[in-house]
Amino acid sequence: MATRIRESRGQEMALTAVVAVVIVLFSLLPMLRLIKEIAAPGGTLSTVAVEAGLRSQATWIATWHTLVVGIGGTLLAVLSGTAVAVLVSLTDIRGRSALVLCYVMPLMIAPQVTALAWLQLFGPASPFLKLFGAAPPLGTKNPLYSTSGIILLLGVQYGPLVFLLVRAGLRKLPRELVEAARAGGAGWFTVLVTIVLPLMTPSIMAAAALAFVSCVGNFGIPAFLGIPANYLVLPTLIYQKLAGGGPAVLGETAFLSVLIGVIAMAGILAQEGMSRRRDYRISSTSLPAEPYELGRWRPVVQAGMWLLIVLVLFLPLFGLVLTSLVPGYGIALTAKTATLDNYRFVLFEHDAANRAFFNSFWLSIAAAFFAVVVAVPVGYLIAWGKQRWVRLLNLSVELPYALPGVVLAIASLLLFLRPIPLTGIQLYNTVWIILYAYLARFLVLALRPTISGYHQIDRALEEAAQVAGAGLFTRMRTIIFPLVAPAAIAGGLLIFMTALSELTVSALLWSSGSETIGVVMFSFEQGGDSNYAAAMSVVTVAVTFVLMLVTNLLAPHLPSGALPWRD
Amino acid sequence: MARLSLDHVTKSFADFDAVKDVSIDVADGEFLAVLGPSGCGKTTLLRLIAGFEKVTSGEICIGSDLVSNSGGSVAPEKRRVGIVFQNYALWPHMTVAENIGYSLKVAKLDKAVARRKVEDALALVNLQGMGERRPANLSGGQRQRVALARCLVAAPSLVLFDEPLANLDVHLRASMEDEFAAFHKRTGTTIVYITHDQAEAMALADRIAVMDHGRLMQLATPRELYHEPANEMVASFISQGILLPADVLSSEDGGHCKVRVLGTELVVRCRPGERPRAGAKICCRSADLDVSPDGLGFDGLVKRVVYQGGAARIEFAPAAGPDLTLHFEQPDPVTLESGAQARLRIKSGWLIPAAGTAP
Ligand SMILES: Nc1ncnc2c1ncn2[C@@H]1O[C@H](COP(=O)(O)OP(=O)(O)O)[C@@H](O)[C@H]1O
Ligand SMILES: [Mg+2]
Repeated sequence: MATRIRESRGQEMALTAVVAVVIVLFSLLPMLRLIKEIAAPGGTLSTVAVEAGLRSQATWIATWHTLVVGIGGTLLAVLSGTAVAVLVSLTDIRGRSALVLCYVMPLMIAPQVTALAWLQLFGPASPFLKLFGAAPPLGTKNPLYSTSGIILLLGVQYGPLVFLLVRAGLRKLPRELVEAARAGGAGWFTVLVTIVLPLMTPSIMAAAALAFVSCVGNFGIPAFLGIPANYLVLPTLIYQKLAGGGPAVLGETAFLSVLIGVIAMAGILAQEGMSRRRDYRISSTSLPAEPYELGRWRPVVQAGMWLLIVLVLFLPLFGLVLTSLVPGYGIALTAKTATLDNYRFVLFEHDAANRAFFNSFWLSIAAAFFAVVVAVPVGYLIAWGKQRWVRLLNLSVELPYALPGVVLAIASLLLFLRPIPLTGIQLYNTVWIILYAYLARFLVLALRPTISGYHQIDRALEEAAQVAGAGLFTRMRTIIFPLVAPAAIAGGLLIFMTALSELTVSALLWSSGSETIGVVMFSFEQGGDSNYAAAMSVVTVAVTFVLMLVTNLLAPHLPSGALPWRD
Repeated sequence: MARLSLDHVTKSFADFDAVKDVSIDVADGEFLAVLGPSGCGKTTLLRLIAGFEKVTSGEICIGSDLVSNSGGSVAPEKRRVGIVFQNYALWPHMTVAENIGYSLKVAKLDKAVARRKVEDALALVNLQGMGERRPANLSGGQRQRVALARCLVAAPSLVLFDEPLANLDVHLRASMEDEFAAFHKRTGTTIVYITHDQAEAMALADRIAVMDHGRLMQLATPRELYHEPANEMVASFISQGILLPADVLSSEDGGHCKVRVLGTELVVRCRPGERPRAGAKICCRSADLDVSPDGLGFDGLVKRVVYQGGAARIEFAPAAGPDLTLHFEQPDPVTLESGAQARLRIKSGWLIPAAGTAP
C-alpha cells in the first residue's frame, strides 16, 4: 500500500555486517567449538569425554584446590579491597591520589611477576633477607609454596579489583542517607555497618564475583607457587597435561576448561541470585557524603595504609630488583657483586628472550590497535544502536573475558589444530594463534571504556552532523571517532599493558619461535634462573609504569573511571 | 523553499503513542510554532520531520518529496533540513569556523568559497572574528548564535528549532527572539519552532500548532488561538483561560449568541451555525471580568487578594458554582478584601465549539 522510499542505508548495513563478522569470529566461534568438543567429540553426540573427565582422580583434586584458593583469594580480596575503599572514600585521609595509584598498581602487574617478586622476597636465596642476614638456610622450602601462599597472593592481586568497584559504588552513595542516620544519633561506625555496607552490597557482590572469576582462572600465581609444591589447580593441571601429552589430550583438557568455565559462571550466577533477593537500589543522585574526620587517628590510619602499600607493592618490587642484580642463585648482594649482567643477558644474548620481547611487543600493539579500531563501531552499535538484538552483542563480547583465559586458549587450540578449511592456512604452532586469542580476549577491555565514553557524549552531536549531510562513515571519521578516541585509546593502552606480560593464554599456545615474555619468564623460573626471570619482570614493570604515566596525560579528555589507577 | 506536510502521522514507542494522528501543512516560508506542555510529543514530532525517528503510520512530505511513511524513511542526511538543537550540539573538538563549515566540507565545496560562506554566516550572527575560538570558550548566547550560523550556512529550505531559548537567561532570550524573527524575515525560510513558552510562540509565529498528549489540539494564528480556542485544553492552556459551564439559549447570529452562565444571561462570541444546547462551556480571560459597576452580574466570595504592584490578582468563587475559581485583576485602588462578598460581571467570552465539530 505505502509507497516504497529509497532509504540509502548501505553504510549502516555494511557497518553492522562487519561488526557481526568480528563478533562471530572472535566470540561465538571459539565458544561453540568448545561446546561441540564436550558434547559431540568426533562429530557424534556422546558423553564419553565428560565421563572420562569425571572418572579421573586428578580432576577432583584440582577442582577442590581451585575452589579452595578461589574462595580463599576472593575473601581476602573482598576484605582488603572493601576496607581500603571505605577508608579512602569516606574519611579525610590525606594523599588520596597517591594511595589509589599505589594500591591499584598490583593490578597492572602480571600475576606471575607478582608471584616471582614475593618468592624472591621470602625464599632462602632472598637477597633482601640476606641484607639483614635473615634468610633461611639454602634448601629450606619457601613458605609461599603452599595453599596459604597462593591465597595470599591472589588476595593481593585482586584486592585492587574489589577496591575499584566498591569505590565506584561509594562515590554514588547520596550524602543524605548518611546524614539522616547521623542526625538520628548513629556514630560513624554504626552508620558504616547499618547504612553504608548494606547499601554497598550490590557493589561488593559484583566485586566478589569478578574477583572469584579472576582467582579460579588465574594461572601465573598457582603456576609459580603451586607447581613446585605439586599443588595443582585446574588451569595448571590443564597446562601440565598439554605440556606432557600435546594435542592428543586436547579433548580431556577441553572438559577441564569447561569445568573452570562452569565454576566461574556459578560464581557469577550466585552473585546475581543474591543481589536479586533484596532491593538495594539507590534512587536519588546527589553529592557524595562529607568525609568523616579521623581526627587524632588520622596519622595512625595513614601510616597503616602506607605500611600496607609498602608490604604489597614496594617490598616485592624491591625484592625483584635486588634479585635481578644478583649474579647467581644464593649469592648475597653487595656493592661488589651487584651486576647488570642479567639484563644484558635477557635483552641482548638469550635468543628466546629476544624473540619474546619482540613477539610480546608486536602482539600487544596489534591487539591494542585492533581493539581500538573495532571498539569504536561496536561501541556505536551497542551504545547508540536502535536494534534490540545489538544488546546481545555486548554479552557475547564480554563472554570471552568473563571466562578464564584458559578456556579461550583451549577453544583456540581446538579451532585451529587443523588447517583452516578451504584455505589450508595453518595457525597452530605459529604466533598467529596467540594473536587470535589475544584479539578475542582483550577486545572487551577497550570496549567498556568506549561504551561509557559514548554514554557521556550527547547524541545530538552526531545528529547535528547528520542534518549537515554527513553519511555514517563521514560522521564516524570526523565526529564520532575524535570524540570517543581518548576513551578507546585509554582502553587500548590498558590492553597493551595487560597483553605485554600475559601468560595464561600464551603458556598454552606458544611454540618454539613464538615465545612471549610471560612464557620465557616462566621457563627461566622453572629452570631455576630466577635472576633472569626477575630482570625480564623488572623491564616489563618499568614499561608498564611509564605507559601509565603517559596515559595519565590523556586523563583530562577521558570519561571518569576510564583509567583505573586515577582517583 | 519547501512546503512541509504531515499527513495523519502517528509515532508509537512500544504501546505508547508519543505522536498521534497529527496532520499539519506548513506553507512555503511560513513560521510555525509547535506549542504544548512538557512531554506532549513536540520533540518527537521534530525528530520525525528530521528523520531521526521513523513514523509508525502516516506520511511526511518535504517540498514535493515523500520522505517518511510506514514503508521507509529517507535518512536525515539526505533531507536537507537544518536543526538548531536545544543544547546547541556544537562539536567540542572543532573551532567555531570548523563547526559552521562542516556541512560545506561534507558537500565537498571549494575551500575558498566555503571560507567566504563561513565568514558571511559569522557576520550574519554578529560573531565576526570569533571563527578560531573553541565552543567551550563561548557564552551561552554566543553558542546559540554559532548553532544558528551552522544551520544557516547550508541554506536549508526547512529549519527546525527545538526549544532553542530554553537554556538562556531572560535578557538573552528577548534579544535572540528578535534575532530569529529578523532571520526569518531576511531569508524567508520555512521554520518549525518548538517551544513550551506561549509568549515566545505568540511573538514569533505566523501560526501555532498546540499539542497535548501527542495530539494536535488546534492549528491557528496566535490571535485566533487567544480569542477563539477550539477546545477546552487550548482555552485553559493559552493565557490561563477561565472555563465556565454554560447553556446556549439562542442560535448564532452575526457571530454571537446568548448563553446562561452562573445564573446570568450573557452574549458571547461563537462560531457560525451554533444552535441552542445544554452543557456547553465558555472561555473568558481575566481581562473579561470586573467588579459589576451597575449591580448586574453574579455574587460570590473573594478567596484571595494578592497585591502585585499597581493591581491585585483576585481569586473569586461564585456562589452559583463554589468549586470554580475565577481570577482577574483589579487595578489600584484595590477595594476587594479576602473573605468579602462581591458581585462580578463578565464583559465578553467565547463559546467553545462542541467536541467533534469541524472548524
Ligand atoms: N525513544 C523513546 N522511547 C520511548 N518513549 C519516548 C521516546 N522518546 C520520547 N518518548 C516519550 O514520548 C513522550 C513525548 O516526548 P517528547 O517528544 O520528548 O516531549 P516534549 O518534547 O514535548 O517534552 C514522552 O512521554 C516521552 O517519554
Ligand atoms: Mg522536548
